[in-house]
Amino acid sequence: MSLTQYIFWFLSFLALMSSLMVVFTKNAVYSVLCLIITFFAIAGHYLLLNAQFLAAVHIIVYAGAIMVLFLYVIMMLNQNKDTEPKKHPYLMVISVIAAGLLMLTMVGTVKSAELPGSTIADAQVGTIEKLGQVLFTDFLLPFEVSSILFLAAMVGAVYLSKNKLQS
Amino acid sequence: MDPLLFKAILVVAVFGITLIVALYSTFGERKIAAVMQDRVGPNRAGPFGLLQPLADGIKMFMKQELIPSVSNKWLFIIGPCIAMLTACMTGVVIPWGGSLTFGDQVFELQIADLNIGILYLFGVVSLGVYGIMIGGWASNNKFSLIGAIRASSQMISYEIAMGMAIIALVMSTGTLSLKEIVMQQDAGLANIVYQPLGFLIFLVCAFAETNRAPFDLPECETELIGGYHTEYSSLKLGFYLFAEYINMFISSAVIVSFYFGGYNFPFQHELGLDGNLLTIVQTLVFFGKIFFFVFFFMWVRWTIPRFRYDQLMHLGWKVLLPLALFNIFATGLVMWGMGKL
Repeated sequence: MSLTQYIFWFLSFLALMSSLMVVFTKNAVYSVLCLIITFFAIAGHYLLLNAQFLAAVHIIVYAGAIMVLFLYVIMMLNQNKDTEPKKHPYLMVISVIAAGLLMLTMVGTVKSAELPGSTIADAQVGTIEKLGQVLFTDFLLPFEVSSILFLAAMVGAVYLSKNKLQS
Repeated sequence: MDPLLFKAILVVAVFGITLIVALYSTFGERKIAAVMQDRVGPNRAGPFGLLQPLADGIKMFMKQELIPSVSNKWLFIIGPCIAMLTACMTGVVIPWGGSLTFGDQVFELQIADLNIGILYLFGVVSLGVYGIMIGGWASNNKFSLIGAIRASSQMISYEIAMGMAIIALVMSTGTLSLKEIVMQQDAGLANIVYQPLGFLIFLVCAFAETNRAPFDLPECETELIGGYHTEYSSLKLGFYLFAEYINMFISSAVIVSFYFGGYNFPFQHELGLDGNLLTIVQTLVFFGKIFFFVFFFMWVRWTIPRFRYDQLMHLGWKVLLPLALFNIFATGLVMWGMGKL
């Protein structure tokens, strides 16, 4: 195996283990920290795919901003056994069925998907110059539409928080 | 010489110099504070008190290591480690000088010339908050927790304005590589001429990101005792305090590279110095500029009182962010007017 493959296996192992830990740890703060490790592992995968820009943005946005806010909220909340809401047993059955359906869909999709062989001819693929060119020529419309989506989400967040203040 | 060997030497050198500068920044801070308050300052250890940082370091080593029994032990230890790690990681992309030539081999005085250098820098800075947050939470102390929460909200708020200021810089320079930004300033004027407002925003945000006064609300000893490091003692406390000085040094280096020409200085090619000598002079000039900004950080600390928390948020969100957005717009407009778009 080449070095790249070793790194790939290591990162995959790290990503899977830490994302399992996210679910299985009892402490919510540990969950968040494990999720951060998962993001780092995935950023490493991006680097292996020569997508440096995506890796950097992934770290900045997810690990650097969103997870900080997660941690912020979880640290503010008082986690006690007493304040834990009692869950209805039906809820567990329903969530198992829902998760099973999701898994079925995912497995079905991945099985039927045709994965093209990795034939990267261009060494520049994934670099920021290339990405910028493609984003502002071929994919201009999706790019702009997604920015409108963000704007809508922002307006929604502001509206929700304002509404709470008045009532 | 093997290029890899040179890189290894460079890494060790940058690491060592960063630590030594940070060590003597603590001394400089106390001396400057003393001068500004009409005192003598530390003058007992060694000539002019020059051995004071060493004495402080030994004191830190000798102190009893306390881990509160109610704390989360592992996270309590990891906190200062992350703070130190992220502080040291930023030096990688900074170009410390031109290139040295030995025989027919050319060595760049930069550890890694990433083509996403600015994004790397920004990513590492955004991770810096974890050291403080994890340490503050793991202490299991309400003052530490308040300090940690203050730190996180402060750093996130100012990161946005900082990013916006950098976007305007990236627009005018057209590159994300620090090396190229510095090289462009050799050919043309320093970026401060093109981005005065961006520089101002970046400078204020740098103060906030390093948690230096007047933005030292996460520590805020008059309200929160010591903020996130209230429960820390011995070398772990030293790590937190030291990380702040390293951050100060690195952010000064970044400010100089972005806006003040990096290692370049006026009329450097008219001096008639040959390659290696010029590089050494350039590196010395670079450090001179950095030390000026380190001094500036200290100057501001002993001049301006601390903000109130609502003032801090007001400044970040209602002043700096609109200004930064305006700066982007104005930069675009000027570039369009000059036909550079």
